[in-house]
Amino acid sequence: MKKPNDVIIRSVTKVAVVIILTFAINLFISGHHQPGGGFIGGLAFASALILLFLAFDIETVRNHIPLDFKVVAAVGVLISVLTGVGAMLLDHPFLFQAFGYFKLPIFGKTELATAVLFDIGVALAVIGTSITIIMTIGDDR
Amino acid sequence: MSWLHLMILLPFIFAAAVPYIYRKFTPRIHTGWFVLVIPLVIFAFLLSFTTAISYGNTAFSTVPWIPSYNINFTTYVDGLSLIFGLLIAGIGALVILYSIFYMSKREALNNFYVYLLLFMGAMLGLVFSDNIFVLYVFWETTSVSSFLLIAYWYEREKSRYGAQKSMLITIFGGLAMLAGLIMLSMMTETYSIREMVSQAANIPSHPLFVPSMILILIGAFTKSAQFPFSIWLPDAMEAPTPISAYLHSATMVKAGIYLVARLTPVFGGQAEWFWIVSSMGMITLLYGSVNAVRQTDLKALLAYSTISQLGLIMSLLGLGSASLYTGGEESSVYMAAIFAAIFHLVNHSTFKGCLFMVVGIIDHETGTRDIRRLGGLMHLMPISFTLAVIGSFSMAGLPPFNGFLSKEMFFTAVINAAEMKEFGVNAIGNLFPIIAWIASVFTFVYSMILVFKTFRGKNKPEKLAKEVHEAPLGMLISPIVLGLFVVIIFFFPNILSKYLLSPALAAIVPTLAAAGETNVKISAWHGWNIELFMTIGVIVLGTIMYHLLKKWYRIYLLYPENLMLNHLYNIGLENMEAVSRRVTDRYMTGFIRDYLVYIFAFIIIIVGGAVWLSDGFSIHTSDDAPVNWFEAVLMIVMIVTAAAVLFAKTRLTAIVAVGGLGFLVSFFFVLFRAPDLALTQLVVETVTTVLFLLCFYHLPQLRKEFARIRFKAVNAIVSIGVGVVVTIVALSANGNRLFQSISGYYENSYELAGAKNIVNSILVDFRGIDTMLEILVLSIAGLGVYTLIKLRLAGGNRNEKAE
Repeated sequence: MKKPNDVIIRSVTKVAVVIILTFAINLFISGHHQPGGGFIGGLAFASALILLFLAFDIETVRNHIPLDFKVVAAVGVLISVLTGVGAMLLDHPFLFQAFGYFKLPIFGKTELATAVLFDIGVALAVIGTSITIIMTIGDDR
Repeated sequence: MSWLHLMILLPFIFAAAVPYIYRKFTPRIHTGWFVLVIPLVIFAFLLSFTTAISYGNTAFSTVPWIPSYNINFTTYVDGLSLIFGLLIAGIGALVILYSIFYMSKREALNNFYVYLLLFMGAMLGLVFSDNIFVLYVFWETTSVSSFLLIAYWYEREKSRYGAQKSMLITIFGGLAMLAGLIMLSMMTETYSIREMVSQAANIPSHPLFVPSMILILIGAFTKSAQFPFSIWLPDAMEAPTPISAYLHSATMVKAGIYLVARLTPVFGGQAEWFWIVSSMGMITLLYGSVNAVRQTDLKALLAYSTISQLGLIMSLLGLGSASLYTGGEESSVYMAAIFAAIFHLVNHSTFKGCLFMVVGIIDHETGTRDIRRLGGLMHLMPISFTLAVIGSFSMAGLPPFNGFLSKEMFFTAVINAAEMKEFGVNAIGNLFPIIAWIASVFTFVYSMILVFKTFRGKNKPEKLAKEVHEAPLGMLISPIVLGLFVVIIFFFPNILSKYLLSPALAAIVPTLAAAGETNVKISAWHGWNIELFMTIGVIVLGTIMYHLLKKWYRIYLLYPENLMLNHLYNIGLENMEAVSRRVTDRYMTGFIRDYLVYIFAFIIIIVGGAVWLSDGFSIHTSDDAPVNWFEAVLMIVMIVTAAAVLFAKTRLTAIVAVGGLGFLVSFFFVLFRAPDLALTQLVVETVTTVLFLLCFYHLPQLRKEFARIRFKAVNAIVSIGVGVVVTIVALSANGNRLFQSISGYYENSYELAGAKNIVNSILVDFRGIDTMLEILVLSIAGLGVYTLIKLRLAGGNRNEKAE
């Protein structure tokens, strides 16, 4: 098969991926106070990777991001469970979440919540699962 | 824990040791010698009770089993259970002795004696239990061990057939009995039979009285091979002969008799009990004796004879139950029937055990049990012949054997019953003596067949596989002992009566025993009365019929094979299987389509029916929000899109329409102010649409059809029905809020969880565990996809090859 010349799409992708990833991280971080959160953030993150898959090919992307996404999904679930277990170690019920306000050097007064840790787990699980599915199906044959 | 408990458990405990003994001693010493000790010990132990019991004492002890449910292992010894216990242990010892010589060492003796000991223990437990549930446990244990013993030679097909049949019938009866016993315990509010007896006066008016009586009687009738449940007994004759002698003549088949006798003080004295028990007994008596004559196999003949004799005992118990109704002077007349029942029970165990063992000897020595091939064995096997004569003549009711005494008492009882005035017995009562007399004639005939066709006539050595000679002495000991009992009981019946029969009678009719009316004297000679003439008539007519047997034997051939109970049983079983298979084949089609129709039809019927029956349909519009035109337009578009899915001609159209529907839903989320949901819905809908397209692309070429969905009326009705039902439920539920929503609590999410996004704080904080499990679901789905695609075992993926 003749290889098409898709230089435009690749160039656009290189720019767009950065924007999408930024947006995904923004969705994730702002999830605590604005619409967004781990699930949608994770999906947006995954969509950036999918765009990479489309513009380049799976092998190239895999060489540059040498992650096994099944492990990413498993780590995500593990983090979520461990935040719950951590609460138990501190003599709280399972999945008890705490938050507090701290003065950080650059950000000033910032709210830190354990729920964000939990959300990281959610996001990783979503990213891992969706990329696993896409890559498995795409790799088929 | 009393000695009696230990005695019941002893066979079970020893059964566990039997395989070790078998492995250690097999070639040198027959395992049976070790087992023989057990029944001898039990017998000796039970004998020690006799004096105390004959003075009217009883023994009683309890071991808690499930105390919180009041189920305790309670043993109770009175005259009735003692007589059964002695029969079980005594005949058990003789049977084991006999089996030592009957069963060769090459057989799987460990199995044999384990099953036999299990049976013995269960039977002892059955007769000594006072708690109905313990009694039921032992009852079923006898069924199971009997099943194992019948199928002892499990490589034979007939053994398996017989075992299955007896299992089905006795377990059916056992379950019915359990239901009856539970009803009985509901009426009396106790699980103890003794306490039930003490409350017997209160229960006949209870609505459960008749159902529980009938259910319990079904149990007793199936176990005791009463008509029409008797069919399992002839097929159980495939068991080794010691087993037939023990289980199917002396002990297990009398469990039903025991139950009827045991519960006579509870149910007796009622017309239903009297009629059911005595008429079933009479029918069984006649049925068994008439059918025994046509048998050509000796064990089958004995099986039918057992059925008939059990019917006799059962009918006597039924007739005797009248004594509880009348009371006073008259009742002692009817009570004699119960006495006769117990007496005949003992007699039957002795002579039938003896006969089975003799038949076993004949089988063992000649290689056949077929009457047509046997003959002229008298000179070859003189001792067996003598024993057969003793047993058969006792069975036929001739002097000087114990059968004569109980047969005379049976005639007395039926004559008394004919004159009975209670329970609406009028002209029908005359049937009792007539049936009894006819049955006795047939009994006489088959008893004679048993003796003379086997031992007289010409010897037919050419038809026999072996050189015939007398059995070894060890095999003869047991039938000789039983034969001696047959004679001794005739000459000294009153010793037996004093020590065993009278206390047993007192246990069955406790109210009369209290009045001191249970002393019955047995006399061999009671003058020239009507019973004696009946016996003479039996002998005369029986002799004539035996000599003319060839002339009238053809009558049996007239009876159509199709109406035999066995045939009906087989047909019934076959039809049950065929019908259930047909029914299953009819509705388990293997098409998911059909199952979905069932599921949705049930949703319509059950949910819709519940709304209909509870009158739950109501619409309140007061709380509803006003509809604005955004929503209305979106609604219309959605309806159009949904219709497009239904009526789409190609799958691609349907996929795109479904995707469109998903995006419209996310618009709804926007409209109803759910930004998180809208975002997620958009992305997820995109992904699923892509996956649908992927599936569509990989459809196999061969059967790719671009056809419109075919219209099916059933599907249309079901889907419209489900839609209507769900809509009705949703509308009704919306109009009937029972309490305030709890969402007010979550509005404080900033104070409680430090988050301004309520949805997110609910997801990760308030209800974090749901989210945790959902991401787990997601991961599992991902791994599932990975596994399905990567793991290709042979044979899968046929569609891909077709491409």
